[in-house]
Amino acid sequence: MESLNLFVKSIFVDNMIFAYFLGMCSFLAVSKNVKTSAGLGIAVIFVLGITLPINYLLNKYLLTPGALAWVSPSLADVDLSFLSFIIFIAVIASFVQLVEMIVEKFSPSLYSSLGIFLPLIAVNCAILGASLFMQQRAFPTLGQATVYGLGSGVGWFLAIVSIAAIREKITYSNVPKPLQGLGITFIVAGLMAIAFMSFMGIEL
Amino acid sequence: MDKNIFKTPIIKGNPITVLVLGICSALAVTVKLEPALVMAIAVTIVTGLSSFLVSLIRKTIPNRIRIIVQLVVVAMFVILVQQILKAYAYDVSKQLSVYVGLIITNCIIMGRIEAFGLSEKPLPSLVDGLANGLGYGLVLVIVAFFRELFGSGTLFGMQVIPQSFYDAGYMNNGLFIMPPMALILIGCLIWIQRSFTKEDTK
Amino acid sequence: MDTNKNTYTIIYATILVVIVAALLAIVSLSLKGVQDTNVEVEKQMQILGSAALAKDAKSAPSKNKYVQDEFAKYITKAFIVDAQGNVVEEFNSDIVKTEPFKISPKEQYEIMKKIEGGDESAKAQLKLPVYICTTPDATKVILSCYGQGLWGPIWGYMSLSEDLTTIEGILFDHESETPGLGAEIATEKFQSQFNGKTILKDGVVSPVKIVKGGVKNPENEVDAVSGATVTSTKVEDMITMWLKYYQPYINAKK
Repeated sequence: MESLNLFVKSIFVDNMIFAYFLGMCSFLAVSKNVKTSAGLGIAVIFVLGITLPINYLLNKYLLTPGALAWVSPSLADVDLSFLSFIIFIAVIASFVQLVEMIVEKFSPSLYSSLGIFLPLIAVNCAILGASLFMQQRAFPTLGQATVYGLGSGVGWFLAIVSIAAIREKITYSNVPKPLQGLGITFIVAGLMAIAFMSFMGIEL
Repeated sequence: MDKNIFKTPIIKGNPITVLVLGICSALAVTVKLEPALVMAIAVTIVTGLSSFLVSLIRKTIPNRIRIIVQLVVVAMFVILVQQILKAYAYDVSKQLSVYVGLIITNCIIMGRIEAFGLSEKPLPSLVDGLANGLGYGLVLVIVAFFRELFGSGTLFGMQVIPQSFYDAGYMNNGLFIMPPMALILIGCLIWIQRSFTKEDTK
Repeated sequence: MDTNKNTYTIIYATILVVIVAALLAIVSLSLKGVQDTNVEVEKQMQILGSAALAKDAKSAPSKNKYVQDEFAKYITKAFIVDAQGNVVEEFNSDIVKTEPFKISPKEQYEIMKKIEGGDESAKAQLKLPVYICTTPDATKVILSCYGQGLWGPIWGYMSLSEDLTTIEGILFDHESETPGLGAEIATEKFQSQFNGKTILKDGVVSPVKIVKGGVKNPENEVDAVSGATVTSTKVEDMITMWLKYYQPYINAKK
């Protein structure tokens, strides 16, 4: 029950884009049409769903103060938390590269539709952001961390697909010239964020 | 050295309003001016130094692990910044929380390294990085200025809107504290900038 | 040199990682002392803050020194209370270096959760910190509390009157509650509502209730933060739980 709660919350209430502005760059750059947006969105869900549990385990058994006690009690005082950024980003970057290689080798068709987005994901703030939030919020179990990762991914997917749909329509509207393109996209994103705010305070 | 390396990124080629880079982590720290300013300084330093360092070692980097090497260099500087903030500006580091870490994936930094640091000499790279950081900081500070002024009635935590206004019925606009307002403010900034530059910006 | 060869790539990566890790380790170790002091000073400031002391920390020329001095001046005693309400160890000087100050409320919270889960043996491990704050006008007893908010940990300090019946001041802090909503629990506006609330009525501990839509019983009810029901409920749960474990001590003291 708690997991379901967390899942829904991370999709709507704490939406990566509308509540934390994470993954904004690719959100704005790749949201020109729905099809490519959906491709990137799925890639994000996939990468989040896998890197988050990996980083959770690394954080729990390597990085938090005293985490090394399971190796030997004499290491209980070691505090490696200062390395967390570098480890998280290394996991994400190497995982993304790994997935790229595997997908390229075994499923060229998937690669051609998804592959171009993969390198973009390594520097997508939403991925690293989710890992950092996971560390800060100290989820009690591996399962919850995974659920949080998937939920954040789905939230991101929803956000990018919906803004892409709006942008497709907006090309036919009469927007003031200086506001066209980027300007109006920001404002639309802002309005969507206001709409998402109505999910706040939902209790499950 | 070409002066434009420094001048362009601040307004004409501003990383946020023109190139749409680095919006990710930054907007959440613009509720108040103080963290926005610290964030701006931190990003400027990290962009400059990592561009410089990558440019120094650019000929030795194996192409295949290029991205990871860059990320490691950036992450190293970010950790340094985080450690120093924790030691000497503890309150601010608490306010910035995870967003310090997110400097790593700030697209400006990776973007400048890829576009400039990897191909140019160290010194121009340093200047280019610093200038982009400044351009980014400028937008951050402008947004934070409006959000703090209208959202909390303060600047740098000091009350600027006099009490008599509140007595007369003025109220802080709670919407300015909420995340959506940052997006709308940047949209307006872009609008203003583009009506002046009159460039085709499709 | 061919930079695309496998061996070169691997050696390059190894050297890079070693250099970076060594550099970061040096920096982190050399700054650790200062960072730990910051964390300590913050805790001192929050303890003092619950008793409405150390208000000038922001404007003081050296914040750390100011807070440390104030803490040494006003917090005159600290001790550990066990689950039966007995005072275990008492300290009268250099409190920052003593065990009551070093106890992590987080660990105590974990123990409480174990006890709530039915593990009675965990009761023996419970160590609750109590600080005594003496100012020229009054003596206050400061208790600690810690819990889970909507997103991350929340914690606080309650300063009670000397006879342990009313709250004199309270301070909450949080790690990652939503700004503008849950984060409001850390504001003066929310916290000042607690002043003067009764926690001991007819010999029974009755924690403050946080209610929505208007206070009906001003003796021990306060208004919830609007729009942040979950965080408000969690704050109430936190106070209730910690007072439950402090209760034997409160009863014994009375």
